[in-house]
Amino acid sequence: MAEKIIAGKTIEVNEEGYFKDASQWTSEMADEMAKEFNLELTEVHFKVLDFLRQRQKAGEALTIRSVGKSGITDIKGFYQLFPGAPLKISSKLSGIPKPTSCI
Amino acid sequence: MTEKNNEKPLRKILLICAKGSIEDVYATLIMGNGAVMEGIETKLFFTFFGLDAITKKQMMKLKTSTVGNPAMRMPGGLPFPSLLGIIPGVEAGVSWMMKKEMDKLDVPPVDEFLEMITAGGGEIYGCKLACDMFKLTKADLSDEVKDIITVGQLYEMAGGEGVQIIFT
Repeated sequence: MAEKIIAGKTIEVNEEGYFKDASQWTSEMADEMAKEFNLELTEVHFKVLDFLRQRQKAGEALTIRSVGKSGITDIKGFYQLFPGAPLKISSKLSGIPKPTSCI
Repeated sequence: MTEKNNEKPLRKILLICAKGSIEDVYATLIMGNGAVMEGIETKLFFTFFGLDAITKKQMMKLKTSTVGNPAMRMPGGLPFPSLLGIIPGVEAGVSWMMKKEMDKLDVPPVDEFLEMITAGGGEIYGCKLACDMFKLTKADLSDEVKDIITVGQLYEMAGGEGVQIIFT
């Protein structure tokens, strides 16, 4: 088990940097982690992060399709918000486990 | 993709789909979309019966074969006799059920799947020779299809380090 200091707090993370405990997350941490991806988080970014946290808490599988249907952004927009690997990056920034979905 | 154990990460994949049954097409679409989601440069190439997956008239009507498929079973697990599979309507019914089950897992229908792939920067191509053979033009194909290309053009796209060509 690894630990990482994010926004002044020590957080337990796995070897890939995903939070072990989603309840330790704060929005300041997301802002700080976003720098690793050269991202400046906007209101829309945070809406996506909130959506993912809620869905994850409800025990639902996270897919890019569900984000595309969330009403926050479409799939193209999701890729623009978190370029490269949107679901993985946004999951990491929202303090939830690495997504296990294939879609 | 993240580097593990100093292995060079996969940078680009080309997926070739030559068959038009539900399982063949979806294998290609799921692998292709999965690659796009990982930030891997992705190109999908449809040829022969695989063209059904990107042909406007056919893409929503894909079927799975109920004849000569030893892995086909009844919902309870009993064997599915091939003789049953030849009865009109059975293939359509089984295919409908498969699509319904996939929908439960948030697997989108073909048209939406193609949109998802291009939305993430994936590229979709039709094979020129097969299009000529089936008398298909760009207008017959989904708007998500970037171009109709030759095998030579496909290989020109396959250059570079960390590239894989997968024939599904």
